[in-house]
Amino acid sequence: MLHGHSHTHDHAGLHGRSHDETPPDPNGRPLRIGIGGPVGSGKTALVAALCRQLAERVSMVVVTNDIFTTEDAEALRRMAVLSEDRIVAVETGACPHTAIRDDISANLDALEQLEAAHPGVELSLLESGGDNLTAIFSRALVDEQIFVIDVAGGDKVPRKGGPGVTTADLLVINKTDLAPLVRADLAVMDRDAKLRRGDLPIAFTCLVDHEGATAVADWVLGCLARWQDAHLAGQLPRDAQH
Amino acid sequence: MRAALLLLADGRFPSGGHAHSGGAEPAVGVGDITDIATLREFVFGRLATSGLVDAAFAAAVCAQCRRDDDVAVAWTDFQAEYLARTGSPRLRAATCTLGRQLLRGGSRAFQSRRADEAVSALGTSIPQPIVMGLVAAAAGCAPDEAALCELHHLLGTLTTAGVRLLGLDPFEIAVFGAALAPELERLAAVAASTSHGDPSLLPADVALLNDVLAEHHSTWEVRLFAS
Repeated sequence: MLHGHSHTHDHAGLHGRSHDETPPDPNGRPLRIGIGGPVGSGKTALVAALCRQLAERVSMVVVTNDIFTTEDAEALRRMAVLSEDRIVAVETGACPHTAIRDDISANLDALEQLEAAHPGVELSLLESGGDNLTAIFSRALVDEQIFVIDVAGGDKVPRKGGPGVTTADLLVINKTDLAPLVRADLAVMDRDAKLRRGDLPIAFTCLVDHEGATAVADWVLGCLARWQDAHLAGQLPRDAQH
Repeated sequence: MRAALLLLADGRFPSGGHAHSGGAEPAVGVGDITDIATLREFVFGRLATSGLVDAAFAAAVCAQCRRDDDVAVAWTDFQAEYLARTGSPRLRAATCTLGRQLLRGGSRAFQSRRADEAVSALGTSIPQPIVMGLVAAAAGCAPDEAALCELHHLLGTLTTAGVRLLGLDPFEIAVFGAALAPELERLAAVAASTSHGDPSLLPADVALLNDVLAEHHSTWEVRLFAS
């Protein structure tokens, strides 16, 4: 192996068959959560809200993939939710879904560099560029994924399904305050989402409200606790408190 | 061996190239590329200059890797010579990022002692054509195949950017690519013929405007491609 491994191999030369099939080790690295969803559904607002609600308790970094380069990263910096050096923008060549699913090289690279630059980081958020309902994160890029849709996109979206709605670890249905204005029925969205998702969780949010992301923040903290128990046993101060 | 070459030549091989335009986005921005005809001119210019340089470095590194003696390869010289041909700091950073990303996928798919040596000497942020040489050799490819792969990716990067940014006809692009096939093979042979071990003697036909445009591109407020 050329990276990330401290052990050595016996290489059998140019045509060697000493392949190490083990994927990169999750132990000791931060939990990585992907946030995807259509354009304008509230991904950046959610990331900003999570940073506001969690950054004092959890050491965080953020990678954004806005198709227009630095726009999302700039928005997060303006909101001053994280220090500037903890936010990196990655360009995706007009193909946001490619960068989170088919060829994750640039995002993996950005995450690793950012995490290495901030020792002790516990949580990395990766915000996809706005895309369509078929976008999904590679399991090699993130450990958990949140799919954000919004009420204003129409109450038929959960019924349309797609891998984001169907399989994301958390489905966020945002802009609940707009439901009466766009004649969307939240009960229909809830019913259809449950039909698509079975027991997977759903959160209805209104991110313009103060603390509007609390349900999502609690879900993230739960994921983080499970991740740290599984992969960081004995390495964190919180373990010393038990 | 040929199947491995096709894998490396496939744009779906995960190496991060899809986010780069090879300089096409800034060229579109300043009006140098507006249609198929101007894209064709741009591609010809790049193949004959930086394309040949990249192909020659890929071929030379591939040839070094395929030597079966124990003589150490001067990896730092290869890197220094390549970077000396890359004037723009932005392009230097971009090629090292692309190299690191190709190394990630390439080194998991194809392992080799020479590639490990190169990483020991240079770290993982290595210019992309040098990594292409390392990975191609590890995959069992010949130097001219490494060069052809490099030229093929340059063509694909530039034309894909044209399709995405200008909505150019993908069938016209395919016709153009097919017509260029003999030229790519000729250039690959030229590139491979220059690989005699001394990196300072490799081609230095740099495309200066490309360096200037890369710096210009980095100042844009809104861009779709990383370079």
